[in-house]
Amino acid sequence: MTPDISLSQVPAHARHGSSIGRPLTRREGVLKVTGVARYAADNHPAGMLYAVLAASRIARGRVTCLDVPAAMAHPGVVAVMTPANRPALALDPDAKLHPFMFRLDLLQSDAVRYANQPIAVVIAETLEAATEGAALLAPRYEALPARVGLDAGESFVPPVVGVGHPAEQLVGDVEAGLASAARRVDATYETPAQYHNAMEPHAVVAAWDGDSLSLDMPSQGMAMAQARLAGLLGIAPENIMIRSPFLGGGFGSKGLIAGPQVLGILAARLVGRPVKLVLRREQMYGPVGHRPPTRQRLRIGAGADGTLTALAHHALITTSTFDDFFEPAADASHTLYASPAIATSHTAVRIDTGTPMFMRAPGEATGSIALESAIDEAALACRMDPLAFRLKNYAEVEPISGKPFSSKALRACYAQGADRFGWAGRPLAPRQMRDAAGMLVGWGMGTATFPALMFQAEARAVIRRNGGGVVEIGAHDMGQGAWTALAQIAADAVGLGIEQLEFRSGTSDLPDGGIAGGSAHTATAGMAIHAAGGEAVARLAELAMDDARSPLFGAGNAGVVARDGRLFRRDDESRSESYADILTRAGLAQVEGRGKSGGDPAAQTAYAMHAHGAVFAEVKVDPDLGQLRVTRLVGAFAAGRIINPRMVRSQYYGGMIWGMAFALHEEAVTDRRSGRMLNANLADYHIPVNADVPEMEALLVEEHDPHVNALGIKGVGEIAITGTGGAVANAVWHATGMRARRFPIRIDDLV
Amino acid sequence: MKVFDYVRPASVAEAIAAAAAPGAVYLAGGTNLLDLMKGETLRPDRLVDVTRLPGLDRIEWLGDGGVRIGALVRNAALAHDAAFATAYPAVAEALLSGASAQLRNAATVGGNLLQRTRCAYFHDPASACNKRQPGAGCDARGGENRLHAVLGWSEACIATHPSDFCVPLAALDAVVEIEGPAGRREVALEALHRLPGDTPERGTALAPGELIVALRLPGEAAGFAAHARYLKVRERTSYAFAVVSAAAALRLEGGRIRAARLALGGVAARPWRARAAEESLVGVEAGEAAFRRAAEAALAEARPSGDNAFKIELARRLVRRALALAVAGTPARIPALPASPFPSVAGARHDA
Amino acid sequence: MSKIHVTTTVNGEPAEFLCQPGNSLLDALRDDLNLTGSKEGCSSGDCGACSVIVDGRLVCSCLMLAVEAEGKSITTIEGIANGDVLHPLQRKFLEHAALQCGFCTPGFLVAAKALLDHNPDPTETEARYWLAGNLCRCTGYDKIIRAVLDAAAEMRAGAPAGE
Repeated sequence: MTPDISLSQVPAHARHGSSIGRPLTRREGVLKVTGVARYAADNHPAGMLYAVLAASRIARGRVTCLDVPAAMAHPGVVAVMTPANRPALALDPDAKLHPFMFRLDLLQSDAVRYANQPIAVVIAETLEAATEGAALLAPRYEALPARVGLDAGESFVPPVVGVGHPAEQLVGDVEAGLASAARRVDATYETPAQYHNAMEPHAVVAAWDGDSLSLDMPSQGMAMAQARLAGLLGIAPENIMIRSPFLGGGFGSKGLIAGPQVLGILAARLVGRPVKLVLRREQMYGPVGHRPPTRQRLRIGAGADGTLTALAHHALITTSTFDDFFEPAADASHTLYASPAIATSHTAVRIDTGTPMFMRAPGEATGSIALESAIDEAALACRMDPLAFRLKNYAEVEPISGKPFSSKALRACYAQGADRFGWAGRPLAPRQMRDAAGMLVGWGMGTATFPALMFQAEARAVIRRNGGGVVEIGAHDMGQGAWTALAQIAADAVGLGIEQLEFRSGTSDLPDGGIAGGSAHTATAGMAIHAAGGEAVARLAELAMDDARSPLFGAGNAGVVARDGRLFRRDDESRSESYADILTRAGLAQVEGRGKSGGDPAAQTAYAMHAHGAVFAEVKVDPDLGQLRVTRLVGAFAAGRIINPRMVRSQYYGGMIWGMAFALHEEAVTDRRSGRMLNANLADYHIPVNADVPEMEALLVEEHDPHVNALGIKGVGEIAITGTGGAVANAVWHATGMRARRFPIRIDDLV
Repeated sequence: MKVFDYVRPASVAEAIAAAAAPGAVYLAGGTNLLDLMKGETLRPDRLVDVTRLPGLDRIEWLGDGGVRIGALVRNAALAHDAAFATAYPAVAEALLSGASAQLRNAATVGGNLLQRTRCAYFHDPASACNKRQPGAGCDARGGENRLHAVLGWSEACIATHPSDFCVPLAALDAVVEIEGPAGRREVALEALHRLPGDTPERGTALAPGELIVALRLPGEAAGFAAHARYLKVRERTSYAFAVVSAAAALRLEGGRIRAARLALGGVAARPWRARAAEESLVGVEAGEAAFRRAAEAALAEARPSGDNAFKIELARRLVRRALALAVAGTPARIPALPASPFPSVAGARHDA
Repeated sequence: MSKIHVTTTVNGEPAEFLCQPGNSLLDALRDDLNLTGSKEGCSSGDCGACSVIVDGRLVCSCLMLAVEAEGKSITTIEGIANGDVLHPLQRKFLEHAALQCGFCTPGFLVAAKALLDHNPDPTETEARYWLAGNLCRCTGYDKIIRAVLDAAAEMRAGAPAGE
C-alpha cells in the first residue's frame, strides 16, 4: 500500500468544489520526510569549490593586516578574496537608491563596523581547507571603542520607522488624558536583541557562465534578489537564475539577499568556477540581520471604571552606524485599545552592530510584549480582570486612524479562547493558585494583532485541452506551506481539481511572486494566481459563449462558473461544457491568463485591515528555585479566510512558541566592552526545545472579510508571536507577583 | 579546523606513547573537543583516538560492592545500566540531565570528567582568558558573568566546571584511575579538577600525556542509594547547562541523618563538595532546620564574582530542596524530566 | 596530503570513501556519499539536524570524525523508509503536519526512530525530553510529538506499516 498522503485520497465528499479550505497535507512532504528535498547547500555542481568567510573579531575599526600568503600556502586553497582583489561591482554596496536597498558589506574597504562582519573570503578545493585558510589569515586590527547597548550614544528621532511609517503619531491629548486619569501606569520594559536563527544557515551555490549567473540560494524574495544582484553585478536581471524551491526557514532574514551570499557569487566570479558558500552558525550573528533591543515606556491612564483615557508608548531602539532600519515597536499601540488619546514615538541610537532587519513580526512582537504587560498592569490598577479590561476598551474602530475595520472577530477570539482555556474564575490577585506539588500557578493573557498587508505579484495560468492546467508563480515556501496553499488557490482559480493542476513555483524564471514577508505571501501570490486563473477561465468562457455550438452560448450577462474542469451557466447549472470540449472545438491547445495582485488603495484608505487573536497562558513556577515552565497555551485567531487549516495551525503554533521564547528564552548577549556576541551558537542562544513546549491549542475563529482582498485572506505567519509573549509574562506575574520589566524573564528575577 | 594527524592506537601503552608528541590530545566522544576545535579555541596537532582501546568500555562490579567504569563507557550506557542506576541513582539522574540524547550517546565517562568550561570568554579566541592563554587576563571579570563562579574563584579566573555527572561523583568519593608516561596512579575525583588560583590554565591534576582509564565508585557510596538525588536549575527545561545544581545523598536511621553527602555544580571551577554542610547534618534530625544550617554552611564562603550574587541564594535554596527530596527517597524510576524540580511522571526508558 | 580510506556500512549497504582527518562524518555523508538528507545546522552538536544512528546509537554526525566511521554501521534519513514504503514515522509526520520548512525533519525522524527502537512506548514527557536535542525553529514541536506517539502506537499495535 502506498502511503496515505496522496491528494487524491481526500474523502470523496470533500473532493467536489473548492480546494480552498481543505486540510491537505503538504505537497512536498514526501520529499522532506525522506531527505530528498534539495536545499541550496545540498547542490554540488561539477568543479565546485568551497568558500568560507573570515569574519571580524572587532566591532569597530579597521583591518590592518591579513596574512594572505599563509592562507594561500595552505594545501587546497585556491584563492583569497580581500578588498584588494574582489571583482569590481557596478554599484557601490553602500549606495542606497531607495529605502529598501540595505547597505552590504562586500569587502569595499578595510573598515569594520560590527563584529562578525565579513573581511575576506577563502576559496578552496575542500571545506576544511577553506576553513583553515580563513583561520590562517590571522587578521590584525586597529580597534576603536565599541558602542554597545541602548545607552551607547545620543538618541535621535528616526525619519521613519518600519516600512515608512512616521516615527511619531498622535491622536488626542495624551497629557490631558493622563492628568485626568483615576488610575495610571508608567512602566518601562526592555527587550533584548534576538537573531532569526533559521535552522538552515544562509547559503549560496553560484555558477557563472559568461555574464549569466545560476544560483541555488534560499530566498524569500527572488525577484528582489535578482534586481539587487543585477544592480551590483552590472548584468541583466533575466541573466540571473535563482532556484529556491525550499527554504530551511527564513523569518525575514532571507527576505533581502544577504552580503555573504553576494560574496559567494563574487568568489565564483573571481575563481571562474562554481562556488558554495554556507555561513557557519556563529557567522549568522552579524551580517544577516537581527531584531534590535528596545527600551519601551508605556504610560496608561484609565478612569475608575477602567475606561482608557490615554495611552503613550515610546520605544528607544538601536540601529547600525551605517544604515537605517528602525524597529517600529511603539506602533503596536495603534490598533488594539480604544483610547481618546494615543501617542506613539520612537528614538534610536546608533551602535556598532550589523544592521537590524525584519524579524518575524518586526515591531509588532517587541511592541506587543510591552503593551500587553502594561495593559495587564492597568487592569490590575483598575482592579479588573484582564479580559474584562480589554473588552472594556475594545476598539470598534482603529484608534489611531479612526477607520472602521475591514473585519474584526476579536470578540469571538476572546470568547472562544477564554472558554477553551477555562479563564473564568481566575483570581485577580497574584500567588493565589498552586498545584498539588506546591508549584505556583499563574494565568495570563494577551491580545494578538498583525496587519493584513498586500504586496505585488504576478502569475500565469494555463488551461489545456487535455483537461489539465498549469499555474506558475515564483513564490517562496519557507515552511509556511506555499507549495500547498497556493496550489489550492490555483486549483480553484482555474476551476480544476488539485490533482489536475500542475503548480510550478520556487524559481526566478517564473512570474514574480513578490516577497514572502509581512504575512502577506498567501494573499499576494494567491490574488495574482486568482487573477491569472480568472483570466484564463474568462478566455474559455468567451470561446464558449460566443459559439453557437456550445451549451453555454449566449450565457452573456448571466455568466458562467468554473468547476471541476467545466464551465457551468451560472443561472442554470444543467448547462455546462468541459474545458476539453471548448478548446477542441476552438482548435486551441490551451488558453492562458496572466494576473497581477496588489493592495486596493481605495479599500486601504477606507478600512483598517488587521488579523486579531487572543492568547491564554498557564505557567508554573517553583516558588523557591524560580524554575519556570509554561504548562498550557491556548490561542484563538481570526485571520479572514483560511486556505489550509492544517498548515495555518502550524503557523499559529510556531508563532506562539516564538512568543513564549520572547518572554522566557531568547537573548543575544554582547560583551559591553568589545561588542562581540558571547552566545553566538545554539547551545547558549536559547530557543525552546521540545521539552519546553506545553500542550498547545490554536483555535481558528471564523471571519469573513469582504474588503481585504477578493479571496478574503489575511496573514497568519506572524500574528501568534504577538499576544503570546505578554500572555506568558502576565501569567508569570499572576503566579509569582513578579512583574517582568526586562525580557527574557530569568531565574535571577524570580529568586 | 587546523590540519592534524589522526592516530588510532591499539593499546593503552601505544596511546600514551602517541600522546607524548607535542600538541597531541586524546579523542574519545569528541562532543567537547571537536566543538572547541571548530571554534578555534583548541588547535591540537595530533588526535589520539582512544575509542577503540580494548577493555575500557566495561562496567565491572568490585568486591566491596563498588563499581569500576571504563573510561570509554558512554554516558547514556552508564545511566541505563540497571545495576548502576540502582546503586548510584543520583549519578544516573545527573547523567540523564545533561546535554541531549545525541550527546549523551557519544560522550564518554572519561571525556566528561575533562569537559571544559562554558565560559564564553574561554570559547572566544579574541577575548582575554588566562585559562586559554596564561597571563592574558580575564575578560569575564567585568564582563557578562551572571553565570560565573561564586566559590573558589580567583582574580585570574571565574569560570565554572559545567559537568552534571561530576557533581554526584564528587559527593560520592569517586576515584579516577590514570595511566601515563610515569605509570599508573589514582586521584580522588574531587582532586582531579583544580581551583584556578594563579594558574587557571591547569584545569586538572592530569600531567601531560596522562589518560583516564577508569572511574571507581566505592561500595560504601552505594549505601546512599535509597536517599540520593541530583537537582539542577536551568534556563531551558532540558538541554541547558546548570545555573546551579546539587547532589544530595543521605543515610537515614529513624528520622536522623547518619551520613550525608553534598556537592554543588555550576558554582566553581570544580564540582564543589560541601564537607562542612555534610558534617552539620550528621546525627541531626532530618528537617528544614537542618537543611537550612547545611545550606548556610555550604555557601558560607561564597561571594559573587560579578553580576551573579543571585546564584548564592539560589544555591542555598537548591541545597535545601535537594536534601528534602533525598529524605523523601529516591524515586523508583528516574523522573522523565531528570533532575528537574518539577515533579513529573516517572520513566527511565527515555534514553539509551 | 594523504587521505584515509574508510570502509563502512551505510543504510545496510557497504560504503567506502576517502577522507582527511578533519572531515566530519556529516561531510563524508553529504559530500562523498551524496547523502544530503542529513543537514548541517550548527556544526557543534547543538541542533540535531545532522542526527544519524551509528551502531545503534543516535549521534550528531557533525561531532564525529569521518575516520571514526571505520567498520561502523550507519543509518541516515535516506535509510529510514523501506524502499518506496515510508516508515510509520514518516507517514505520521505527514499526517500530523509535523514538518514545515523541513530542514530539521530528517534529524527529527532519525532521532525519533532511535527513540522507538529503544523505547517502543514512550510517554509524552519522555518523547519530548528525548527529542530535546533536535531544534525546530518553525516550530512544530507539538505536532512532532503527536506524530511520534501516534507512530509508536501504530507500530506497537503491529498495524501494517505500509505493507
